[in-house]
Amino acid sequence: MEKTFAINVDGHEHTITADPAMPLLYALINELGKKGPKFGCGLAQCGACIVLQDGVAVRSCVLPISAVSGRVRTLDGLGTEDEPHPLQKAFIAEEAGQCEYCVSGWIMTATALLEENPIRSDGEIRRALTGLKCRCGAHMAILRAIKRAAAEMAVAQGIQAR
Amino acid sequence: MNRLSELMIARRDLLKGGGALLVTMNVPAAALLGLSKAEARAVARKLNPAALDTWLAIDGNGIVTGYWGKMDMGQGVDTAIAQLIAEELDVAVNKVNIVFGDTALCADQGGASGSSGVQRSGVAFQAAAAEARLVLLEKASAELEVQIADLYVTDGVIYAKSHRAKSVSYGKLIGNKLFDAPITWNGKYGNRLSLEGRATPKDPRDYKIVGTSVRRRDIAGKIFATTDFLHHVTVPGMLHGRMIRPSAAGARVRSVDRSSVKDIPGVQVVVENDFVGVVAPKEWDAIKAARALKVEWDESGAGFPTNSDDLFNWIRSTEPAMSTVEHDEGNVDEGIAGAARMITAEYEWPFQSHARMAPAAGVADVRDDHAVVWTDSQKPYDTARGAALLLESPLLQGRTRRRSRHVRGIWMPGPGSYGRSDAGDGAMDAVILSDAVGAPVRVQWTRSEGHAWDPKGPASVVTCRAGLDARGNVIAYHYHIKGFSRHDVNSREDDPSEVLAGHLLGHTSTPAWAMRSPNDSYKFRHKRYSWDALAPLRQQASPLRTSHFRDPYGAEVHYAAESFVDEMAFAAGTDPLAFRLRHVTDPRDAAVLAAAARSAGWETRSAPRKKRGADGNYVGTGIAYARRNGAVNAVVAEVEVNANSGRVWVRRMWVGADYGLIVNPFTLDRTIEGNLLQATSRTLFEEVKFNHKMVESDDWLSYPILEASDAPEEIKITHINRPELGPRGAGEPTTRVTPPAIANAFFDATGVRMRRVPFTPERVKAALTAI
Repeated sequence: MEKTFAINVDGHEHTITADPAMPLLYALINELGKKGPKFGCGLAQCGACIVLQDGVAVRSCVLPISAVSGRVRTLDGLGTEDEPHPLQKAFIAEEAGQCEYCVSGWIMTATALLEENPIRSDGEIRRALTGLKCRCGAHMAILRAIKRAAAEMAVAQGIQAR
Repeated sequence: MNRLSELMIARRDLLKGGGALLVTMNVPAAALLGLSKAEARAVARKLNPAALDTWLAIDGNGIVTGYWGKMDMGQGVDTAIAQLIAEELDVAVNKVNIVFGDTALCADQGGASGSSGVQRSGVAFQAAAAEARLVLLEKASAELEVQIADLYVTDGVIYAKSHRAKSVSYGKLIGNKLFDAPITWNGKYGNRLSLEGRATPKDPRDYKIVGTSVRRRDIAGKIFATTDFLHHVTVPGMLHGRMIRPSAAGARVRSVDRSSVKDIPGVQVVVENDFVGVVAPKEWDAIKAARALKVEWDESGAGFPTNSDDLFNWIRSTEPAMSTVEHDEGNVDEGIAGAARMITAEYEWPFQSHARMAPAAGVADVRDDHAVVWTDSQKPYDTARGAALLLESPLLQGRTRRRSRHVRGIWMPGPGSYGRSDAGDGAMDAVILSDAVGAPVRVQWTRSEGHAWDPKGPASVVTCRAGLDARGNVIAYHYHIKGFSRHDVNSREDDPSEVLAGHLLGHTSTPAWAMRSPNDSYKFRHKRYSWDALAPLRQQASPLRTSHFRDPYGAEVHYAAESFVDEMAFAAGTDPLAFRLRHVTDPRDAAVLAAAARSAGWETRSAPRKKRGADGNYVGTGIAYARRNGAVNAVVAEVEVNANSGRVWVRRMWVGADYGLIVNPFTLDRTIEGNLLQATSRTLFEEVKFNHKMVESDDWLSYPILEASDAPEEIKITHINRPELGPRGAGEPTTRVTPPAIANAFFDATGVRMRRVPFTPERVKAALTAI
């Protein structure tokens, strides 16, 4: 039985009529036209679908539309070419990722990590990225990009990056 | 005529022609990029590889468009092609657009295949662009009334040396008009397509753009989430499709209960022999229907004759379908019989899955007289050919009219693909579903289908033996690989017999017997490389059907070969680097070995050093080298082995790389890094498990791959640039040296040989407790 749900995505209110069990991802792609979060497994095992829900990284491929609350942030809403997020700037500068199918997982997870505190050790960053897949093996450039963005975000916060 | 009005005419004619594809010649890239996918289908070009206009066009602003018949999957190959064109034409690289992936716009250069993007198609574009420059100089010579020898080009403007005031731009000379000039074509399509003009491409010493780090073109759109992937293609009236797979390998449909999904709105069930799918207007409804549809499967005759636990014994004991000696120097049998000492070893490599970042997808719009397939296949030309044949299949019972239809393939970005993955299979499912329901269909496989039903890299057992003389010199070496052909299905989905959907309809596959031997320049008095190919475990619709996976058989073959070269070195009491340098005969090979070793600070050893790190982990380094299709590289790996957890961490890697001419150092390094990490993943983690009934590895938990915590701390790449050779493919060569370098480092660290891939924690712990 379909119901109507109000969700806030990238600062906009949307009304979605759907089966309450339908995962958020299908609304993001098919109803809202989002191109960042992607279907990779439908099992919360790869991270391609990751969005932030009130600042916390969640797997939209298993999050029922009926359980969505607060403010959802997707890669689509993170920044633009004119006003890029530091992570987007860094991923482009490092050419991090190859096919980029997985990139929402890496950037949104790193956004949650670095917006909470940009000063992070290599070990903290790697641990935070546990469970994210990249079949192209682009991890080296991804790690460089995240560290580059972290340095910029730390400076922007007026904290000297250690 | 401006671009848009040209396109509008194209659309109008399309409608007048009842949907037939119209042909126009000169479609600038910028115009195409602004079109929606539905509009873009109205545009087509007359493609004749012997016409310069097929390859290049220049608009009134001097913007150059290259029509490229291969794909870029995120390694920046299209950027490299733009650099090669810009260099030969003497224009800025940002004035060169590359259109690719559309069978109606670009001639077939084989798609993404065999690391030939720059090596083959790049060289063809050098010839085409040099020829275009000459044609433009000829036109300018007539217009400016000066000799060609008096002309030079700067940034797309032709000047006369003798009269500075005399100049004309490319845009003014030819803007939006045809070159109307021939170019010599070798008459072959695909990877082998080559071009030759009257003009000679530049001397590499004059390069200004080739060899510089121009930035990748695809990345910003993907990072800002503005790029359409295959998964975002929507066509008016499009339905969503999902597949239902046999309950066991080779199970047949007994019955389908259509009433089991009757409550789900708009669901249609498509059954064609053992091909079972559902479509629905809403994606979530298609997913629910696929889960709910009751299908009874007949499992008599289904399954495999062995399982992953017994696989290697099965390989050893099964009669080969074909045997070949690829290389035979001296007399190995006599050499070993007369040797003072013999060493032998066996190495095992399991089936591996492409396991792409996302499972297969495809969009198809099959009409009465034509069809369009949107695909992330590396080879949309073959997708289109295969789809056309599939639609003519006498085994299809549905709506199809079973007559030849023009099929257009349009490549769209998708999850990275490294060989004959499941991409083409997904496209074919969409074609059959669209044909059956008479509407466009986007199909998406599940994760389980992507792992369990994609084509696989083959499993093998390698047996090596060597004879040493009394002084410890290796005098005879025999390498023998026995395994499954890498070619149960073709590396191109160009025929119903090569795709899963075709198999499920009942098309019979005809496997080819293709293996590989080590590619090196080692000289031994007696040396033999031979192979035995086995018939597939299942011929028809097998979840273990093999096909090309990145560097097909390269990793498997050289894991064993370069492990055993290490074993020979230690048996001879020689340092493994020194042993290799003594036996290679090609100076390029010696150069990459030396480069990797120097960069790594190689320490000579004649036995495993079994060093311990500060945290108690075993630490060691190993080296391996191999050639591939004109490229050659060596890698040194440093590993840390934790004896308690069984974890192997490849902490550092040093590469010595000679890929001929370097076109773009920045993207090249990233391509190599990705290659190294994917190969590390295959070495440490990846094995397809299966029982007698079905593949068991069907998600990321049962088929783990490398994660961020496993990534090395540091990778250093030393390049040997050889412009005089021209470019050599860089997308695959490190795949084959990474597994043996890790295995050799493991030996240096622990004194234990890992002769079975992957080096899982359980296997590592078992190996270490044995010492």
